[in-house]
Amino acid sequence: MSRILKYRELLLVAIIVVLIAVFSYRAPGFASPESLANIFNDTSILMILALGQMAVILTRSIDLSVAANLSFTGMAIAMMNAAFPQIPLPLLIAVAMSIGALLGAINGFMVWKIGIPSIVATLGTLTIYRGMAFVLSGGAWVNQTQMTPSFLNTPRMSVLGLPLLGWMAILVIAIISLVFTRTVFGRALYATGGNPTAALYAGIDVGRTRFFAFVLSGALAGLCGYLWVSRYAVAYVDIAAGFELDTVAACVIGGISTLGGIGSVGGAILGALFLGVIKNALPVINISPFWQMAISGFVIIVAVLFNARQEKRKGRLILRDAVKHQPALTETPAEGAAA
Amino acid sequence: MSVVQAVPESQTPLLEMRGISKSFPGVKALDQVDVTLHPGTVTALIGENGAGKSTLVKILTGIYQPDGGEIVVSGAPVHFANAEAAIRSGITAIHQETVLFDELSVAENIFLGHAPRNRLGLVNWGAMNARAAALLTSIDAPISPYTRLKDLSIAHRHLVAIARALSVEARVVIMDEPTAALSYKEVEDLFQIIERLKRQGKAILFISHKFEEVYQIADRFVVFRDGRSIGAGMLSQTGQDEIVRMMVGRSVEHVFPKVDVAIGSTVLNVSGYSHPTEFNEVSFDLRRGEILGLYGLVGAGRSEFCQALFGITRPSAGTIELEGRRIDIRSPADAIAAGIVYVPEERGRHGAVLQMPIFQNMSMATLGSTTRVGFLHQAEEFALARRYAERLDLRAAALSVPVGTLSGGNQQKVVIGKWLATRPKVIILDEPTKGIDIGSKAAVHAFMSELAGEGLSVIMVSSELPEILGMSDRVLVMREGRMAGMWQRDGLDAEVLVRAATGNM
Repeated sequence: MSRILKYRELLLVAIIVVLIAVFSYRAPGFASPESLANIFNDTSILMILALGQMAVILTRSIDLSVAANLSFTGMAIAMMNAAFPQIPLPLLIAVAMSIGALLGAINGFMVWKIGIPSIVATLGTLTIYRGMAFVLSGGAWVNQTQMTPSFLNTPRMSVLGLPLLGWMAILVIAIISLVFTRTVFGRALYATGGNPTAALYAGIDVGRTRFFAFVLSGALAGLCGYLWVSRYAVAYVDIAAGFELDTVAACVIGGISTLGGIGSVGGAILGALFLGVIKNALPVINISPFWQMAISGFVIIVAVLFNARQEKRKGRLILRDAVKHQPALTETPAEGAAA
Repeated sequence: MSVVQAVPESQTPLLEMRGISKSFPGVKALDQVDVTLHPGTVTALIGENGAGKSTLVKILTGIYQPDGGEIVVSGAPVHFANAEAAIRSGITAIHQETVLFDELSVAENIFLGHAPRNRLGLVNWGAMNARAAALLTSIDAPISPYTRLKDLSIAHRHLVAIARALSVEARVVIMDEPTAALSYKEVEDLFQIIERLKRQGKAILFISHKFEEVYQIADRFVVFRDGRSIGAGMLSQTGQDEIVRMMVGRSVEHVFPKVDVAIGSTVLNVSGYSHPTEFNEVSFDLRRGEILGLYGLVGAGRSEFCQALFGITRPSAGTIELEGRRIDIRSPADAIAAGIVYVPEERGRHGAVLQMPIFQNMSMATLGSTTRVGFLHQAEEFALARRYAERLDLRAAALSVPVGTLSGGNQQKVVIGKWLATRPKVIILDEPTKGIDIGSKAAVHAFMSELAGEGLSVIMVSSELPEILGMSDRVLVMREGRMAGMWQRDGLDAEVLVRAATGNM
């Protein structure tokens, strides 16, 4: 499997390189280091959110509330910054992540303790969290002039040619890779999605693992709430509307199996970068943003077709199990060999 | 070997299977079996789990194709390429738990897949409901064709399943453990329907573990053992003892590498363990180095009991003492920490994460011990995996390949390795050799002896009598959630166990 994934990630890298080459032929300068750094920076928020989404998808769930969560926390800390400019930025970021984690915990609780399917639970909270953002702000905007300079400018500060926003994404990627591959929680994510029953029998608490996946997704959404508001220098109810679908798309393109248990951090990042390149390139070569949406959609379907090989194999196993569990077929053929 | 009796050939057979054989890789599931079904007759197919009954049913219903032999229906040889071909020849099966659709009406369930059509090719609802009503009347079923299936009792669902079977003009009706989910009263009703089907001249193949029922409803019998037809005849001329002997009669001791080990002090004491619905008042002691066989029919509550012992479900009453200390097991993690592990029945479903590499599966239950300052130590995971892979003679290209790429026997070894790594005191093996080839079976049995020799206590759930007889120091038989008895190895007798399990004391 890891070989297929490696191959798949290499393929994604190749596709992205070819895309950049094609675009830079049409628009010289597209492949310049500054432009590439800009694309990376521009995709930072999507990459961070996609990693949170990935944790949830690994456990066979989905978090549709990430963008609404981002909108609420973004609004909350923009208002906090406007009202209490003296609160230091690190504390504000910590508050944003805590609010996000709390909202994620609400999702996780519903999935873990009440047993609501995640797609339904987060579809509900998607609306609720945006509604909360409206209630909190009364529908008003928080403008650039109301926010402090450090709140607005810190993510834009350039270090070694890349704004801090981009560096933040790199830091999150590094931490998340470590967590997913080298901690018990990370292993539990893969085991829970790969075979919940086996995970349960091995003493892994499947429900709690799902819960913490949602908390992680929420905390990262909270962080992105701050990053988004400072980047666009405005907070209003509808920011990042529909962005949850981009995070799912990044995961799917990156080979995170929607059936759970399969996928790598590298894949999710490349999936996000792929979308980022398309989004940045099409305007440069004068293609309408509507085409951009159609192309993203097309790519998602192609990516799913690509996944089909892995998932079909898994599907067959499930089918074989189902046949084995048909009541009349309880005796497996091999039993006939009872010596 | 065969004890075929002379049977008065009053009628010509409706269906004959002659010399049917079927092999699967490494396994001969059916070896030259003969089964004959007569019109207006109920023939009971009797045999232990694994005797080949289900394989036979699958061949009769066109799901499997035989490797050899022939099937003759009304004197003409037939070949069933698929399930539909079998239905067209008038053969239909009603399964243990019938596959029907809750949200559809009774008539839709009966005619799903062959609904009457009108000229436009659309479903002719009027004709379908009328025909459904007629079919239901013909079996005296007091059910409206318009009722939704989910509103019916289990017994009435059975009637719908039977009506469905008859809707394809069935001449041969196969009933695979039809009474498993029914109450006493419902069984009586079912038998009346079977009587009616007999009068209509159908040939019925009735599969059941329960002798009482077999003698009540069936006219003839066929006994299978290890994929062979051992005997056939009229039930009125054959005693139960004789049939039990045909089912189990064999010498098994030398096949099993059971090594006698010194049985030590009591490790586990289970007392009055009960569950609201699955089992009641299970009590026993388990000692060091002992293998306790847990025998019973499918559905006797053995697996459910073991799952409660492992913390998957909570008991409603009862206590566990491990090495003299009272323990409370609330989750599998508690059980593992206490030293009780459970190797589940179906490896693919319960045992291994198939897409994960071998070494990650092996370390899954012991992640705490391969963690250093919060991070997994991959070298240690590999070392652990290598240790148990060598010990279990695991055959794999590398420890980093996914478990799903291994054979069934090797997957089983990965699962067992995972549990051994936790250094357990009590290991519960649920159907440890189900569905694996003979070579792997012997290896698993040898390994079980080795574990016992090292002082581990083993609880072995098995539905295969030879395995129970060959491997157990003691046997606990469960029936319908209760203990039906406990036997020492010395006094073990296959017939006694079968009687205890089937309630035919």
